[in-house]
Amino acid sequence: MHDKTVAELAQGLRDRQFTSVELTRSFLDRIAALDNRYNSFIGVDEAAALSDAQAADQRLAAGDATALTGIPVAHKDIFCTAGMRTSCGSRMLDNFVPPYDATLIRRFRRAGAVLLGKTNMDEFAMGSSNETSYYGAVRNPWNTDLVPGGSSGGSAAAVAALLAPAATGTDTGGSIRQPAAFCGITGLKPTYGRVSRLGMVAFASSLDQAGPMAHSARDCAVLLNTMAGHDSGDATSSEMPVPDYTVTLDQPLRGLRIGLPQEYFGEGLDVATGARIDAALRELEAQGAMVSEVSLPHSHLTIPAYYVIAPAEASTNLARFDGVRYGYRCPDPVDLHDLYTRTREQGFGDEVKRRILVGTYALSAGYYEAYYKKAQQVRRLIKQDFMRCFEQVDVIAGPTTPGPAFALGAKSDDPIAMYLEDVYTLAVNLAGLPGMSVPAGLVDGSPVGLQLIGRHFDEARLLNVAHRFQQATDWHRRRPADVEGAQ
Amino acid sequence: MQWETVIGLEVHLQLATQSKIFSGSATTFGAAPNTQASAVDLAMPGMLPVLNEKAVRYAVMFGLGIGAEIGMRSVFDRKNYFYPDLPKGYQISQFHDPIVGRGEFEIPLEDGTTRTIGITRAHLEEDAGKSLHEDFHGQTGIDLNRAGTPLLEIVTEPEIRSAAEAVAYLKSLHSLVTYLGISDGNMAQGSMRCDINLSLRPAGTTELGTRTEIKNVNSFRFVEKAIRHEIARQTDILEDGGRIVQETRLYDAERDETRSMRSKEVANDYRYFPEPDLLPVVIDAAYVAGIRAELPELPNARRERFVRQFGLSAYDAMVLSDNRELADYFEAVVDACSDAKMAANWVQVELLGQLNRSETALTDSPVAAADLGGLLQRILDGSISGKIAKQVFEAMWQGEGSADAIIEARSLKQVSDSGALEAMVDEVIAANPAQVEQYLAADGARRKKLLGFFVGQVMKSSRGQANPPLVNQLLAAKLGERNTDR
Repeated sequence: MHDKTVAELAQGLRDRQFTSVELTRSFLDRIAALDNRYNSFIGVDEAAALSDAQAADQRLAAGDATALTGIPVAHKDIFCTAGMRTSCGSRMLDNFVPPYDATLIRRFRRAGAVLLGKTNMDEFAMGSSNETSYYGAVRNPWNTDLVPGGSSGGSAAAVAALLAPAATGTDTGGSIRQPAAFCGITGLKPTYGRVSRLGMVAFASSLDQAGPMAHSARDCAVLLNTMAGHDSGDATSSEMPVPDYTVTLDQPLRGLRIGLPQEYFGEGLDVATGARIDAALRELEAQGAMVSEVSLPHSHLTIPAYYVIAPAEASTNLARFDGVRYGYRCPDPVDLHDLYTRTREQGFGDEVKRRILVGTYALSAGYYEAYYKKAQQVRRLIKQDFMRCFEQVDVIAGPTTPGPAFALGAKSDDPIAMYLEDVYTLAVNLAGLPGMSVPAGLVDGSPVGLQLIGRHFDEARLLNVAHRFQQATDWHRRRPADVEGAQ
Repeated sequence: MQWETVIGLEVHLQLATQSKIFSGSATTFGAAPNTQASAVDLAMPGMLPVLNEKAVRYAVMFGLGIGAEIGMRSVFDRKNYFYPDLPKGYQISQFHDPIVGRGEFEIPLEDGTTRTIGITRAHLEEDAGKSLHEDFHGQTGIDLNRAGTPLLEIVTEPEIRSAAEAVAYLKSLHSLVTYLGISDGNMAQGSMRCDINLSLRPAGTTELGTRTEIKNVNSFRFVEKAIRHEIARQTDILEDGGRIVQETRLYDAERDETRSMRSKEVANDYRYFPEPDLLPVVIDAAYVAGIRAELPELPNARRERFVRQFGLSAYDAMVLSDNRELADYFEAVVDACSDAKMAANWVQVELLGQLNRSETALTDSPVAAADLGGLLQRILDGSISGKIAKQVFEAMWQGEGSADAIIEARSLKQVSDSGALEAMVDEVIAANPAQVEQYLAADGARRKKLLGFFVGQVMKSSRGQANPPLVNQLLAAKLGERNTDR
């Protein structure tokens, strides 16, 4: 039962083929038996999960079930879970047990989903390979010598390794889409403001967005139905009504206009990966979509703008981790200054410190205008590029990443090379747009992803395109060869 | 050399909202440490601020109250610095685009004139918590009850020229914000805290001298003393040919001195940038118009009306309009007795006197405005004299009932019945034959004086209740008869 989609599992639960307790038990057993290969989970509370499952079985029996009742879901360890450690992949929060649930967690609980466990991640979501976690690197189920991508690498690996039927992630610059591409699963970063950020540990407030990661577009639609919606506790969450994302999945693609940004197909794109993307686009054309070239002329400014804005916001978002109220505190501080410096020196890893330093610098008196303010101006230009494109096309498509997953350790000493991994995903966050990664084929046995970018709040369209693509292809059904139990 | 004092004030005004500016925690003063601190106030991971609309409304009320430009799009910024009582490591404030822009504030001075002080801006921000340095065995305690309390920081132009003007400004500000009901203005509880920027320059010059900032002065009296002290300190330095160091100083009320806290050379770089967790605050003309329509009559307007409508002196009008409750009380007394000048007198002398002596707040006054009006009514209709009225007021203060009840119970009503008075007058004349002789022998001024003696005697035998004009009249007539008899 672990190789089924959420939709199939929900059907199985409704048809009494198995109970939620049985389903949950089977995933817990797989995690216990197999996750030492992948290190995708960093927090599993079996008793709590089984208790969730029991409650779900009661709801199912009472006929009070939602599409997610009884379905085990893994959550990135960035979402606060009441009574369960929320580490954010950092030593700083290794001992932190929140007294509250994130809104997203609360929504899953309300729907009756089972909280299967908390997944590994790059420390404070800062990384593109899941190597910066305090709990050790996550390995790619397709090839354990490769990275799973990051920062939601634990969630992506857990789904790919069939340790969870679905998971949540967060995406600040590609952290859902890139690991989804590397692990051969489907991931959606919704429009900024679509999913509440309350209770989600902040990295870069104006870019962070939570989204679903699963085997199919349909599953992502089911999950998003539960996740999306206004939250009065998050001032940046949108009041835009939430449609039922499953309703429009099957709409034909005839007449759909797809734009290919020339900047996403040039130098830097791995040739074989490019070929997989071309093939995917031909499939969409075969279904009646019209593909044309578009331009995002400010694309070359994306990485510099992102690596000013995101660290700037992070540098102050992470100021609260000071050893005073919760989290890590250095032993025997002699005074306040010592408490601050040693706590943060010991509590944060190198990548986090690097970004705090960069961000602090970018906001400093005398540099603010040249860096932060300039980056915000560039951000507006990047957004305008997209808006202009969306006057001509309905969806923008391209590769999610420049190539397939790379080897563990290959880029961990070269921040710039690592940052370039996100060259196609960052702009979507800067513009606040929804973006998706859909499995589009294999390159030397490793998955690559087709990225779909939509207008603000047009998630339904992205899910529709992805679903139609998945109706005609089976890339999303491919499983890593060495994952036990894969069909 | 003659030095001119240049003062600019920054007032941190605590807004009287029920809950904090970015969380639902209560703002009540004096609760046990950390009992009014939610996960948001503690800056727990993932917590987000949500703006309290009431704080915006109050800030707009203030802006309209001083005729300032209202920021139709104001932006919250993060002011970054590390301190244990600042849980997030930044304070949410407004830096570039405040909710209230340039305005002007007219303040009445003691001498009856007014002065206009320019207001540079006023912006919304959150308060920090408190560090407690006592009773923790060498460690520091943190109380975050106050963290997130809404503040309006009101900044003046450097246009204040003396300690007296500074105090007058603060009193007017206090009066305005309590009229508006946007703050309790309680300085002792820190609802109104003042930072003083002060510099000196040679009289007649326009360039600003080097200033010092005196932080967190929390009473009118301390503001006055701190300024006087700082003026003297700076004058001494300048007269000795020294230079003022730009620095932050602390006023020590116990020693009545200011001392250096930190110098600007090591000042923080606050790394201000727009708060990404909050959207810009965009308000429209209808919102502002709605608030404007609900504004109460403000102290300056009321003061001017008291002069115009009731013929009060500028000083009386200032005292009586200063505080909204007092002004309301005064107007209620006028309503009940219809003699504004008498009401002004009684409220200022008798009522305020009693309140001060007994350290009672007006709202706790045992004598209600209508009751005081009722008492004054009895003076006006001749039932009692002003002197008796004071006794009655005293009894009313002690809770013995209304003026009429006390007058009745103590038989204090003036004797205006000429029959009864005639008897008393006759008695007095009969009992003082020698004085009668003298009276009859005297003339002009001396006679008038002697008449006073008889009036006194009658008043005495009536225990003050005789109607004095009537007694005068009767005595003059009776003694006049004697004259003719002779």
